[in-house]
Amino acid sequence: MDEARVGVFICHCGSNIAGFLDVPALIDYAQTLPHVVFAQDNMYTCADAGRAQIVKGITEHDLNRVVVASCTPRTHEPLFRSTCQQAGLNPYLFEFVNIRDQCSWVHMQERERATAKAKDLLRMGVARAVLLEPKESIEVEVVPAALVIGAGVAGLSAALNLAKRGFEVKLVEREPEMGGLLRGVHRLYPTGDDARAFIEARVEAAKGHPNIEVFTGAEVRDVRGFVGNYEVVVGQGEREFGFSVGAIIVATGAKELKPVGMYSYGVNPLVVAQSELEAMLERDWRLEVRDWRLEIGGQRPTSNFQHPTSNIQLPTSNFQTVVMIQCVGARDEARPYCSRICCMTAVKNALLIKEADPEAQVYVLYRDMLTLGAEYEGLYREARGRGVNFIQYRPQSPPTVQDGKVMVYDELLGQTLGIPCDLVVLSTPLVSQADAANLAQMLKVPVDEHGFFLEAHVKLRPLDFATDGIFLCGCAHWPADVGESVAQAYGAAARASILLGKGAVQVEPIISVVDEEKCIGCGLCETVCPYKAIVLRSPSFPPQVGGDEGGAGRKAQTIAASCKGCGVCGAGCPEMAISMQHFTDQQLFAQIDALAVEIMA
Amino acid sequence: MTETVEFEPRILGFLCNWCSYAGADLAGVSRFQYPPTLRVIRVMCSGRVDPAFVLRAFSRGIDGVMILGCHPGDCHYATGNYYARNRVKVLKRLLELAGVNPDRLVLDWVSAGEGKRFATLVHDFTERIKALGPFGLAQDREELQERLAAARRVVESEQIRWLVGREREMIEGGDVYGQAVSQETFDALLESSVVAEYLRSRLLLLTAGRPLSVREMASEVGMAPRLVLPHVVALEQAGLIAMVGIEGNSPKYRS
Repeated sequence: MDEARVGVFICHCGSNIAGFLDVPALIDYAQTLPHVVFAQDNMYTCADAGRAQIVKGITEHDLNRVVVASCTPRTHEPLFRSTCQQAGLNPYLFEFVNIRDQCSWVHMQERERATAKAKDLLRMGVARAVLLEPKESIEVEVVPAALVIGAGVAGLSAALNLAKRGFEVKLVEREPEMGGLLRGVHRLYPTGDDARAFIEARVEAAKGHPNIEVFTGAEVRDVRGFVGNYEVVVGQGEREFGFSVGAIIVATGAKELKPVGMYSYGVNPLVVAQSELEAMLERDWRLEVRDWRLEIGGQRPTSNFQHPTSNIQLPTSNFQTVVMIQCVGARDEARPYCSRICCMTAVKNALLIKEADPEAQVYVLYRDMLTLGAEYEGLYREARGRGVNFIQYRPQSPPTVQDGKVMVYDELLGQTLGIPCDLVVLSTPLVSQADAANLAQMLKVPVDEHGFFLEAHVKLRPLDFATDGIFLCGCAHWPADVGESVAQAYGAAARASILLGKGAVQVEPIISVVDEEKCIGCGLCETVCPYKAIVLRSPSFPPQVGGDEGGAGRKAQTIAASCKGCGVCGAGCPEMAISMQHFTDQQLFAQIDALAVEIMA
Repeated sequence: MTETVEFEPRILGFLCNWCSYAGADLAGVSRFQYPPTLRVIRVMCSGRVDPAFVLRAFSRGIDGVMILGCHPGDCHYATGNYYARNRVKVLKRLLELAGVNPDRLVLDWVSAGEGKRFATLVHDFTERIKALGPFGLAQDREELQERLAAARRVVESEQIRWLVGREREMIEGGDVYGQAVSQETFDALLESSVVAEYLRSRLLLLTAGRPLSVREMASEVGMAPRLVLPHVVALEQAGLIAMVGIEGNSPKYRS
């Protein structure tokens, strides 16, 4: 290889980097580093203009290494690699220096020290860049089939899309019936569609589609392999099924928090969860409440009932009165997130109650109403117009349920209200599946602190996991309503079909290479490799499959398509005979030494 | 005291691509602030971290090293972090033998969702290193380098790499005779091997330039001559050192 000619491109990222680091000082500094022949700053290196500058730099300055200092390789390395390729430079001669996510954003009050850190990182990056070697990607075949985990509205929508696109789909649902959460919902906002009919149509379509194989009452027991070639074991009671798929979509959904112990839920039958109201709305709920009251021998609170602590008395309706309490068990310390669907669910159910009985009184006690967009906000207004009462409470003075009524301190009136009522409905958040972490571990994908699956990037790859070939949609990711879940499912199916449709995929040539001169054939690497990607065999044995029958003179060999590049073998080889491509000992030592230069000086 | 307040630790971090590096990015996205003391090298897996990397960092004067991987059971490569754990166990013992406070090295786990935890770990480790002070200042630099060089010989030795690589298999699956080995037995074996290998490496390096008697070697390593003698014999039998003369009654050896 010719002598290294490194070009350094430092991104302002608008003010995300330049607002907190001294970019001109970084440029000056980069120019002093060995082998750097060109350094430039860009407002946005990832934008068309920025990438054009990289191409221009490579051409005009005859660069054979490119270093970009900007956000993070986890999102932008592929983009800059392809830019290098455009200019005729091997993409593996590109090095990323993370000065945003791991520098400017985390040292926002320390311009000087953060700039000093960025200089160190630049020096380390350039030192590694100099030692980078050109590599060719490895092509592996893709099995044109997908596994969809979860047959709720998201999973069903994703499965049907892939099936219609012509791919074989394995759809796994752990409940005996498909349909997920929607099986327990009465009507859908904002259209008022019958939820049961809506989901049944999709269940039937999936059952009848020749490309979809459905496993109900089943769970995923094992997943191995890699993008394009996942080996899956699905268990259905005693029976087990094994198959290969190229892509996996996680659509395992969420469940409603049961508000046990809150507002006397579980003790008082007149306190129900929103999902239970859905079931009641489907039947004649008014009769039901009356029956319950008779059952417990309770009396409807009489007119003009005055609670000793309440300042204002609301007239008791002769008709049914329902009080809904929002954010029950949500947006608190245990579950600080907003579940996003509960406000609209309350508005929708309030309207349904009003529709069935215009004289019924509905109170919605809320912290903040989240009714996004024109359509949802329109429904909220309609509810107000029809006389649904919205009363704001503060988290530090939440409502209380006692003696057939709800007490609440009304922020606007500055008074405590006592609302006699027939039914209290608690709006609780969706929570992650209790065993989501198990599945996550099997798939080697992350979950967040609340147990929801975590995407690769919130804006750039919202439906992908960082692990190639695995995608997500619906409430497994975050509470979403039906429209959002379906949109995500279509997106995830589209993402998966890019991969499945190509037939082959390029995997990174970050693999181990054995120096046969040094290898003594001890087989330690074979022992530690989790992918059986390195095997002992006679040097003459064809390097496609398995080990040979044994015997003396054997050497370790890497099976390139199976090697995932972790480097466990290289870091443990007793003879230092294994080199990890693109993360070689020399490259890593160079980074360490480059950091130490300042210390030694 | 003022000196420790001014001291800005220089910490090297090895972060795995899939969990801890992603967790560090999430700390950034969430704007969790932490001290600007850490310099990160991204590796695909914590199992990629050769113990020699860590010793190189210390021999170059870096104040502390963090190795952060996926939580046990969560490793993107299934088992890489277990090997990291085994290697760090040996490294910490070797640092101790070499007179380096093993607290200057930490192995911990950060998932892709744990931005806050990452920031806290960096903050806490920075505080720890600040309390320990700059690395290598109080000690004789040359001797420290030689001790670290001996430690490096150990982590690069066939015997120790073999033992560390086989730990999982020997405890879970058994040794070459199919006998399962208990964790205690394995740890005792590893301990005696590490201590012996370290001492022999020291002796080899000590006698590289100048012939020394057993008594002189013992005084250099701060041990009783009768404890050093068997290792000298073993090295001589292996042909790694040779007697090059006799001074008074003492034979002198050179590697």
